[in-house]
Amino acid sequence: MRVAAHTWWMVGRQLRNLMRQPIWIALLLIQPMIWLLLYGQLFSRVPTLRGGASTYVEFLLPGIVVMNAFFGGTWAGMAMITDLDRHVVDRFLATPASRLAIVLSQVVRAGVIALTQATVILLVGFALGVHVHGGALGVVVLFAAAFLVAMVFAGISNAIALLVRREATMIAAANFVGLPLMFLSSILITQRVMPHWMQVVSRFNPVNWAVHASRDAVVRGGNWGSVGIHLLLLVGVTLVTASFATWTFRSYQRTL
Amino acid sequence: MDAIVAEGLEKRYGKVQALAGVTFSVRGGEIFGLLGPNGAGESTTVRVLTTLTKPDAGRAFVADHDVVREPNRVRRSIGYVPQESGVDREATGRENLMLQGRIQGMSGADLRARVDELLELVGIVEAADRVVRGYSGGMKRRLDIALGLVHRPSVLFLDEPTTGLDPEARAAMWVEVQRLADQERLTILLTTHYLEEADRLAERVAIVSRGAIVAEGRPEELKRGLRGEAVTLELEDGQAGEAERIVRALVGAEETSVDGRMLRTRVPNGAQAIPGILSALEGRGIRVTSVMAHRPSLDDVYLHYTGRAFVDEDEAAA
Repeated sequence: MRVAAHTWWMVGRQLRNLMRQPIWIALLLIQPMIWLLLYGQLFSRVPTLRGGASTYVEFLLPGIVVMNAFFGGTWAGMAMITDLDRHVVDRFLATPASRLAIVLSQVVRAGVIALTQATVILLVGFALGVHVHGGALGVVVLFAAAFLVAMVFAGISNAIALLVRREATMIAAANFVGLPLMFLSSILITQRVMPHWMQVVSRFNPVNWAVHASRDAVVRGGNWGSVGIHLLLLVGVTLVTASFATWTFRSYQRTL
Repeated sequence: MDAIVAEGLEKRYGKVQALAGVTFSVRGGEIFGLLGPNGAGESTTVRVLTTLTKPDAGRAFVADHDVVREPNRVRRSIGYVPQESGVDREATGRENLMLQGRIQGMSGADLRARVDELLELVGIVEAADRVVRGYSGGMKRRLDIALGLVHRPSVLFLDEPTTGLDPEARAAMWVEVQRLADQERLTILLTTHYLEEADRLAERVAIVSRGAIVAEGRPEELKRGLRGEAVTLELEDGQAGEAERIVRALVGAEETSVDGRMLRTRVPNGAQAIPGILSALEGRGIRVTSVMAHRPSLDDVYLHYTGRAFVDEDEAAA
């Protein structure tokens, strides 16, 4: 299929370019480890935070996987702005390149990077004695949640990028969205210790859906019905935000 | 047969009428120049013909395909070298070409051979596997052109191919374009600010002003169409305004204009007119530092058809 092939080639282009930046790779790999070690130490003495997990690190690991994935997603639009500024997008537009693939490749790339980071976090977690109670299926769920939540926010991020087309505005928007959504989720602390209104709001937060699915898979190793529903919700929202990005891409084309 | 046909193209951006009925055609195998200052409409015309934007009115055909109804057929038939380089700077030259070829539907040994051939053709074989970030301006421009040629298009659009190049690189690019046109049997539509470039490369030119074509023909014909000779005078600072008024009042002087310290006018016969012009100016105490009479250039043609010297029009419409 043409869209799939074009998306694949364009994702390949972006990943190849990133592989040329050793510092970027180092940060990509080290940053999630720092989160895990830093927060793991910071909150480990507070037993009420970790829900039913045996250690705080075990509780935290699925949260950090999701946090990395969705933060990565919120910044995904920066690459679109660079491609717009450097006229790479316009060059593709004068070819039979699939228009959908131009947008989708940016979204899928964010998902692929999230998978890479999830792998690193998981390996570090194993070294710290984390046990994935859901077994192989648990690991698959963790990866699926990371992949999807990254794409949900990459869709929004690309839509914003195509609407504002300026880096400074993009950075402000990513910060505006990112931090509140992190604190309105159970990434760092269990749902039960949150204030009531935050518990209510967090139910509508896609970040929290990903956290629920991956935490059930890692810490509980069960509750698969709820896991399935949360993953399906994430698939649905991914389709919505990716469609929104595609729609904003058409509005960009009209400005040409 | 015509490779490009534009009929009554109109395009409006907000309040700016970028194209106000552009009509012209380019024969197969021809190098055709669209000549105009920034914002006159030549870049918008190229954006319509390369399917980047849709016209509000009018029709256009490129390689026999309608740009609005069959955009993907047009896109497979054309190469587009935009004004601003669209290369991926973080990728190598070869990677850029391979991706472009794949998107154009090429693959395997045919694509690899074509990429090798193009790297050779535009002279960047040594740099092929280096990241484009380190290329010089001229090398990047040559890669831009190679990207436009990867799928063996029949029509190539060159949007200001030498803007930003130094004079040496510009001259080299002219030779290159000429050679490519022959080797690849291309129809080329070229837009340019440089009259000299159009004169040098294009077999026919169209002069664009305010979104419409005001003159069209071979550069020689256009120049011959202007009778008489052009006279260019260099004046001392600050006297150009008064000098312009004096020269305008003289019998036989047409299309007088001033650009900085240079005053241009056109007269039936330079040798006869110059003494009169000089004495009229000196009589008012205006010092002329140099004077020259020459056959009309495309500059004069431009002035004649647009009523303005060759300077930037409204940038907003660019």
